[in-house]
Amino acid sequence: MLNRIYDWIDDRIDITPIWRDVADHEVPEHVNPAYHFSAFVYCFGGLTFFITVIQILSGMFLTMYYVPDIVNAWNSVYYLQHDVAAGLIVRGMHHWGASLVVVMMFLHTLRVFFTGSYKAPRELNWVVGVLLFLVMLGLAFTGYLLPWDMKALFATKVGLDIAESVPFVGEWIKTLLAGDETIIGAQTLTRFFAIHVFFLPAALFVLMAIHFIMIRRQGISGPL
Amino acid sequence: MSQKVTRRQFLNYSLMGVGSFMAAGVILPMGRFALDPLFQEEAAGSMITTSVSADEITETPVKVDFSYEQQDGWYESEVTDFVWVYRDGEDIIALSPVCKHLGCTVTWAGDEANPNRFFCPCHNGLYEKNGQNVPGTPPRGPLDQYEVGVSDGYITIGEMKANELVN
Repeated sequence: MLNRIYDWIDDRIDITPIWRDVADHEVPEHVNPAYHFSAFVYCFGGLTFFITVIQILSGMFLTMYYVPDIVNAWNSVYYLQHDVAAGLIVRGMHHWGASLVVVMMFLHTLRVFFTGSYKAPRELNWVVGVLLFLVMLGLAFTGYLLPWDMKALFATKVGLDIAESVPFVGEWIKTLLAGDETIIGAQTLTRFFAIHVFFLPAALFVLMAIHFIMIRRQGISGPL
Repeated sequence: MSQKVTRRQFLNYSLMGVGSFMAAGVILPMGRFALDPLFQEEAAGSMITTSVSADEITETPVKVDFSYEQQDGWYESEVTDFVWVYRDGEDIIALSPVCKHLGCTVTWAGDEANPNRFFCPCHNGLYEKNGQNVPGTPPRGPLDQYEVGVSDGYITIGEMKANELVN
């Protein structure tokens, strides 16, 4: 039945070459842990992507209960964690995944560095990777404020102080992030929410697409 | 060399021109919307009267609470902050309790080993009585100062400013 549905669609719009182009490609022996166990270091990029997908999915579901409002934010997080079925798990996925994705990304960066994979002709993909790293750290920073507890507030105070220490434009950056020159409050929370949920994920998707397309065009770097 | 504009060039220029206007029409409102906090005028505050009599102020810094209406975008609230106030000869001095390291709250004589200094419990920051940060401790600058006055015998607190007691 499923085969016949597939064939019916394929007859009309020829989708087979599309998914074959994405899925059918050889994994070289030197990156396959089945041949050389030490090749597991080549998995960190894929693991980063896997956890990123979990972050996106769990984040989408968290926004079903979360409100970015200083009166209700903390209560909505408390509610979704304690009163909603599986809330502890869904929030836990997002909470622990946030740290894990940074760790995986760091290990992936180390692997690329120590195998020399950033060298010509793959310099551009290293640059895109560094941008991805920055976007991911931005997501970690803006997401930290959203539960609106004391830890979140003080971590953001410190982060905004660091932004303010940038020469010449520091105070503008701080005001733009916080939404007010002096107060870390209602406007800070809505801004961080917008950045965390819309602006940075949009940048992340674009950069990830470029990152992956370049890998497919250039292939995986050769063995050491 | 012909100065004539070809049909192709004319179309290119007019389409690019119209396209630019359309792009600007979309981007400008959103950009100005996002940058609005930079253009907000900070309302000049007036002196806030506290419930502490000027006669009670001695040479030992004491906490003086002051309350004000804070407008945070659409959110209005009554905020209570405090300052460390002490007498220095004829003058009354008010110092901010916010540590210049990472924003914790400093206490006067909070550390037994330093009875005449402000102490921050978070990372053992120390300040002299005039707000000067003690070298070798984490703070990067002196405690901020507040304008302070006396009205009908009561302490009034004004704007925060950079510390003027420290050279």
